[in-house]
Amino acid sequence: MMAQSSAWVIGAGLVQVVAFVLVAPLLVGLMRTVRCRMEGRTGPPVTQVWKDLRKLFAKQRTQPRDSTVVFSMTPVVLVATTLVAIWLAPLLTTRVSMGGGSDLFAVVFLLLMGSVSMSLAALDTATAFGGMGASRLMTIVALAEPALLVAILALAAPLHSSSLAVIFATALHHPVWVATPQRLLSLGAFLIVILAESGRLPVDNPASHLELTMIHEALFLEYSGPDLALVVLGENLRLAFMLALLANLYAPWGFATAAGGWPILIGLAAMLAKLVVLAAVIGAVEVGMAKLRLFRIPELLAGAFMLSILAVVSALVIA
Amino acid sequence: MNALETAVAVFGLLGATAAMAPARARALVAAALTALASMSALLVAAVVVHTHHQVQITSKSIIPFGGAALRLDALGALFAGLTALVAIAASVYLIGYARHHAMSRTASAAFPLFVTSMLLVPAAWNVMTFLLLWELMALTSLALVLSDYRRSEGVRSAGLWYAVLTHAAAASIALGLLLIAGHAHCQDFGVIAAAHATMTPGLRGAAFLLLFVGFASKSGIVPLHVWLPRAHAEAPSAVSALMSAAMVNLGVYGVLRVGDTLLGGGPQWWWITVTMAGTVSAIYGSIHAATSTDLKRLLAYSTTDNIGLVFIALGTAGLLHATGHPAYATLALFAGLFHLVNHSVFKGALFLSAGSIQYTTGTRNLDLLGGLLKRMPIASSIFAVGAVAISALPPLGGFVSEWILLQSLLHGLSTSTTVTVILVPLSVAALALTGGLTAAAFVKAFGVGFLGVARSESAAQVVEPPRLMNVGAGLLGAACIVLGLAPMVATSIVDGAVRSLEPGYVSAVRSRGVALALRGVHGVFEPTLIALALVTSLSLVGGLRWFISRRRSIRRAVAWGCGREQFSPRMTYTATSFAEPLQRVFDDVVQPSRDLDVSHQSESRYFVESVRFASRDADAFERYLYHPAFAMARTAARAARRLQNGSIHRYLGYGLVGLVIILVVSR
Repeated sequence: MMAQSSAWVIGAGLVQVVAFVLVAPLLVGLMRTVRCRMEGRTGPPVTQVWKDLRKLFAKQRTQPRDSTVVFSMTPVVLVATTLVAIWLAPLLTTRVSMGGGSDLFAVVFLLLMGSVSMSLAALDTATAFGGMGASRLMTIVALAEPALLVAILALAAPLHSSSLAVIFATALHHPVWVATPQRLLSLGAFLIVILAESGRLPVDNPASHLELTMIHEALFLEYSGPDLALVVLGENLRLAFMLALLANLYAPWGFATAAGGWPILIGLAAMLAKLVVLAAVIGAVEVGMAKLRLFRIPELLAGAFMLSILAVVSALVIA
Repeated sequence: MNALETAVAVFGLLGATAAMAPARARALVAAALTALASMSALLVAAVVVHTHHQVQITSKSIIPFGGAALRLDALGALFAGLTALVAIAASVYLIGYARHHAMSRTASAAFPLFVTSMLLVPAAWNVMTFLLLWELMALTSLALVLSDYRRSEGVRSAGLWYAVLTHAAAASIALGLLLIAGHAHCQDFGVIAAAHATMTPGLRGAAFLLLFVGFASKSGIVPLHVWLPRAHAEAPSAVSALMSAAMVNLGVYGVLRVGDTLLGGGPQWWWITVTMAGTVSAIYGSIHAATSTDLKRLLAYSTTDNIGLVFIALGTAGLLHATGHPAYATLALFAGLFHLVNHSVFKGALFLSAGSIQYTTGTRNLDLLGGLLKRMPIASSIFAVGAVAISALPPLGGFVSEWILLQSLLHGLSTSTTVTVILVPLSVAALALTGGLTAAAFVKAFGVGFLGVARSESAAQVVEPPRLMNVGAGLLGAACIVLGLAPMVATSIVDGAVRSLEPGYVSAVRSRGVALALRGVHGVFEPTLIALALVTSLSLVGGLRWFISRRRSIRRAVAWGCGREQFSPRMTYTATSFAEPLQRVFDDVVQPSRDLDVSHQSESRYFVESVRFASRDADAFERYLYHPAFAMARTAARAARRLQNGSIHRYLGYGLVGLVIILVVSR
């Protein structure tokens, strides 16, 4: 373990980053395709998101007249914070752990940074849509954040550690542990939070362009060209990253515990398979779901919060 | 060292003579001497922390009833040092502030005295000295809150609330201290500490409750917080910063000094009380901060929230100690004090820069601000730094202290006693809820107030405040960054304070290279690494975007407006509209008073002539606790008035009855 230099750790982290950048847009494409097929439409190919991104990157940058550096830096911040989170977290093998960096709380606050930055940029455009999106996003974040933190605590408390590497390794070595009540309860909370934070149904409709219903679309209405491409990429990366966390927390199979090229490749293949399954399931489930009224969303998130508190209590009672 | 500590008092008292200086020089004299007193205090604190020696001064003659006694240990040094840091920044700020607003005589005398009393309270070592300094602090701060009393009705009402509550609190503290001093037959803190073992549990409990109520009121703990959002919002900003970043700390100091040193720890119910008070305050404060539209009121409520978090940590520490987990207890204590340090720094920066906004725009109402980042980039950036820190975002100080807080609760959870199983999840829920709401509150404050377009004439014409105001606020802003990138600079000071409470304690956090590792438990954290990774990643992604679009200019265009003809700033989201969803979610707690006034055209009721809507932040505790209490007091007073109808015969009769009763009783 000691022989593995930090260069190896950094390098393995970079493999994760590159893999996720390539895969994340395809996952969203897959969700769309699954949805289209189930609705009886042909739909665009899975690679459509990448084609759109390539087109956007070739365009000119546009910025609203009254906006400041906050608006122009936000796409960069959104992508950069997500990339750092992906780089820090052990997603393919436990050996990628960046020591103190792979802390679950640290990862949550990195993601929060992206949401805050998006909201600020939306307010910076000085439009009613921007303000609306920012206000709604921050309401959701303010309520989803506690559910997420407490759910994490339910997982971390029995292990006396919030290190992702420790939590993943325990899940891998004690498969029965996956099915304990606190984990099932926290799974519910995690799912709701992921759907809320990444703007999927039933919290937000990613295909909606109607002013009164949208949250995420309203946030980046003013972005175009390379900036829009970065924002879309960032959102896709966040979704893929959260799904990857979910996969490793609750279905750690195939997750490598050794160092070296082959274990990483195997970990990568397993991760891809899990992500594809998750994306397909989400795409399929969304077909049968309607968007919730905005003021019903807090109830959903409060439900997630309650689930996570129950998870903590049951973790303690069982211990 | 004793000379230095004396210098604190001397400079402070000399500062009060600033009242005699000519109007133009008053602020300069007061601020300079305050800064000198603070620097001396900072030096003493540094020496105490590094040499583990205590400063001790006693004088029989200065104060009647047993003389003055000062003794600064490492715990006191932490608080004195923090106050000194904030006071230096506030003094620099004040010089800039007073350039165009001459300071009144009262204010220029009160300011140095206020700071000096705060610097000396943590060193007071007997009951009399403590009470005198505490009262001096209360009175001088009251005078400072009232220094703009001509400006608005709000200032006077804030002063009244503050005066009543602070004196009720002082009475409670005096009673508590006298109870235990009476038992020990001595007012020296050392003797009282030695005598606590012989006290009955009832006496100790009563004393602790009395003292806790008093100190909690000073710290703005719910439901004794009602004065805080008023006084902190209405006071001149340099004073607001001192009150919010230094004075509230002393309540925490009081609870620690009394609970731990004087009463030697206590049964679980003490700490359950502390934790519950902290939990309620944290949630209540953060909800109000998220829905407030007054910038300084928002900051004041977030003080209640953050001090609530500190109380959660202290309560958990006491609880873990009482249930036999000293290692986890010291971690929680460390977390609480470390968060307190961070809070002082970022709240000081926020209040000072909010003051600059008020100074230049003349308003604190976020609904009338906007676009300030373009007009006053330096002051706005300082506010932004503070906002990032308080929202616990990497890579600033709040992120580190929030992480340690979460870790301490995580390990508190795993002790699994009945009390912790119930209480710690509640605390964690409060901490988590607070985190999200704080982020929302400060996105609102910065996004609405500093970004976008100006919503009023005064915000559109604004320029940077005097340079010294930015320097003062910037000092604390820089400290936020230092605490985030190199938290090790503060951990040793906090360690010293914890060690003075727990003699056998070895540092809860040790630095391993750039990492912070928790001792005795599994937890490693690398704020510096994360900061480095962020910078690298930002420059890579930013560089990539630049490379891709290097050949094409950036087009500035009008934002999409659904085909509207004309744009007005009134179309953009305000702080009120931003907070509306959250206000709806927490309607039961916030309960704003709303007024809707619709007047119709005289010809037909179907045509509306004008609509007036007014909404005011109201405090539920004010409405349901304080107003009924006032009403009851008023009824009682009215009833008592019947005794006194002006008839001399009746008064003579009272005299006779009184005399008879005394004779009978004393026979």
